Amino acid sequence: MAKTKEQASSTIDPAAACAPEWTEILRQMILIRRFEEATEREFRKGKIGGYLHVYSGQEAVASGIITALTKGDILFTGYRDHAHALALGSEPRRVMAELFGKSTGVSKGKGGSMHLFDVEHGFYGGYGIVGGHLTLAAGAAYALRYQQTERIAVCYFGDGAMNIGSFHEAMNMAGLWGKDGMCPILFIIENNGYAMGTSVERHSALTDLAQRVRAYNIQTEKVDGQDVFAVRGVADRVVRQMRETGKPYCIEAITYRFSGHGAADILQPYRSKDEVEEHRHRDPIGILRNRLGEICGLTDADVKSIEDWAASEVAAAVQFAEESAPPEAEELWRDIVAEHGPVRENE
Amino acid sequence: MSEKSYRDAIRDAMMEEMDRDPNVLIMGEDIGVYEGTFRITAGMLKKYGGKRVIDTPIAEAGMVGTAVGMAMLGLRPIVEMMTMNFAIVAADQILNHAAKVRYFSGGQVDVPVVIRGPQGAGVQLSAQHSQTFESFYAHFPGIKVVAPATPADAKGLLKTSIRGRDPVIFLESAALYGMKGEVPDDPNFTVPFGVSRVAREGSDVTIVSYSRMLQMSLIAAEKLSQDEGIECEVIDLRTLRPLDLEPAYASVTKTHRCVVVQEQWKPFGAAAEIAASITETVFDELDAPVARVTGEDVPMPYARNLELLATPHEQHVIAAVKKVMYANG
Repeated sequence: MAKTKEQASSTIDPAAACAPEWTEILRQMILIRRFEEATEREFRKGKIGGYLHVYSGQEAVASGIITALTKGDILFTGYRDHAHALALGSEPRRVMAELFGKSTGVSKGKGGSMHLFDVEHGFYGGYGIVGGHLTLAAGAAYALRYQQTERIAVCYFGDGAMNIGSFHEAMNMAGLWGKDGMCPILFIIENNGYAMGTSVERHSALTDLAQRVRAYNIQTEKVDGQDVFAVRGVADRVVRQMRETGKPYCIEAITYRFSGHGAADILQPYRSKDEVEEHRHRDPIGILRNRLGEICGLTDADVKSIEDWAASEVAAAVQFAEESAPPEAEELWRDIVAEHGPVRENE
Repeated sequence: MSEKSYRDAIRDAMMEEMDRDPNVLIMGEDIGVYEGTFRITAGMLKKYGGKRVIDTPIAEAGMVGTAVGMAMLGLRPIVEMMTMNFAIVAADQILNHAAKVRYFSGGQVDVPVVIRGPQGAGVQLSAQHSQTFESFYAHFPGIKVVAPATPADAKGLLKTSIRGRDPVIFLESAALYGMKGEVPDDPNFTVPFGVSRVAREGSDVTIVSYSRMLQMSLIAAEKLSQDEGIECEVIDLRTLRPLDLEPAYASVTKTHRCVVVQEQWKPFGAAAEIAASITETVFDELDAPVARVTGEDVPMPYARNLELLATPHEQHVIAAVKKVMYANG
């Protein structure tokens, strides 16, 4: 997506831009990219089953928002969820183990790629029905306020989720409850231009997606989702504001996915190789790396050491997943309900 | 003990639990200012305020989905469906989310949400407003399905639903709202899930049912006793999931004959599941095939005479009992 005038863009203050945190963010984004590349390799080897939706190209949208959160904030997303788990602090090896269907996975090997969960780190899933989780997240935000906390809920979804009923029901209820300061939910539209293979122009009557959210009395803002400085800048301001107001907010991040929709999307007939190539010139990792190089003197050697670290983290994650045991057969029957019945007293 | 209507028993259960636990709240369409289509929630908005008695938009997926999210964060929402027919609109939220999130998260969250409301036919509401849903929901692992037949059970089972850690589909019979019965006053009175009861003792035929059809079966049993000298044992299942058939097996072992009664359509219904389980478990005890009494396999018509033809009545139960006794004509 080309940048438009209304998108927030980063203004560079060298002191702020060179804070050590930005190098950490670069490390996180590189780790996510290498992790996703590894999942694609392991999928082709047959080590990962089911569906696999990777995040490559969109890293700034996860890292730019999630690094602005604090402990206690919670997050819901759809099935392209590996990056969110990693950015929230889930151990890469436990995320990889989940994809391998192992007992050491974050969801004990019972959720897989689409259902990563790590409540300890504020991650409330990983959902496989497009748009379904938006209503859950809005209710969770209500609960945070009901419990008189200043925590917020973050809900990611793609442009493709904006045409299903639960999107509209969640937005309306969030906007409604927000009037009473009872719904601190930050909606993030990961607008990567496609609902699976159907472009925004072909799936949405109105292509200004943020405008559709404004219809529900929710403030919105567009941001260049390839520029993590811009994303983080908006997030810092908005998150602070939401903790005070308890009102919902929506950020539309214009981004692009480099890989196919899922691992089976090999031919990608809905877009050209040239289009993908053109967007690779706006790789969010490249943008951040270049900026840190130009302004803060980050060297190739620095980047190399980050790359080496990420490669070894990912290799260790794959090895851990490989060596972990699959779930015991008894797991089949666990976690269906908390309290099993029948509960006759004589048994 | 006090005499209470089924409707008041439900309201009492909710208000006692709201008094007991500040995390309990209720949401639904026109439950607050309007006080509920069936007036179950009358007086609640005034007592508990708008944060705990939430008038929602007409948006079933929205109200169930948000309730599931609240439940995952530790609240105990009760969602009132104006009628259970409308809950189908929220099927994705109930079946794909509430019923599965504990499992696919590897047990990281509780989902204590109660989805309750009236169902059933009888007052000429025609095809979209007269359905019953117990077998639809009971098909899915991860949720519990409750169908009380008496005011005491309505109260005790609803309290168990609200205090639990799992999603519950609480199916009220609209036709029973005015029914009165003795209800314990103890605020800690609860009825556990998965414990069926013998509602009437008898030695000739076992009748298995729940909800309104249980009451109808009891009337049929009295008539059979008075008119024919046939003594039916009537089993009230109370909950369809978990399903406790032990008292039914014990009863069939005594009577050797069984009739299952449900209001809903015959194909793939609760009675089919129950009859199959009885056949699998106590086949050698049976002196006749298990008979089913069900609604007719048609969308509910409006005209009163057609509606009466579409729903099961005492005479159907009586005929089925005679059939399993090989006593018809």
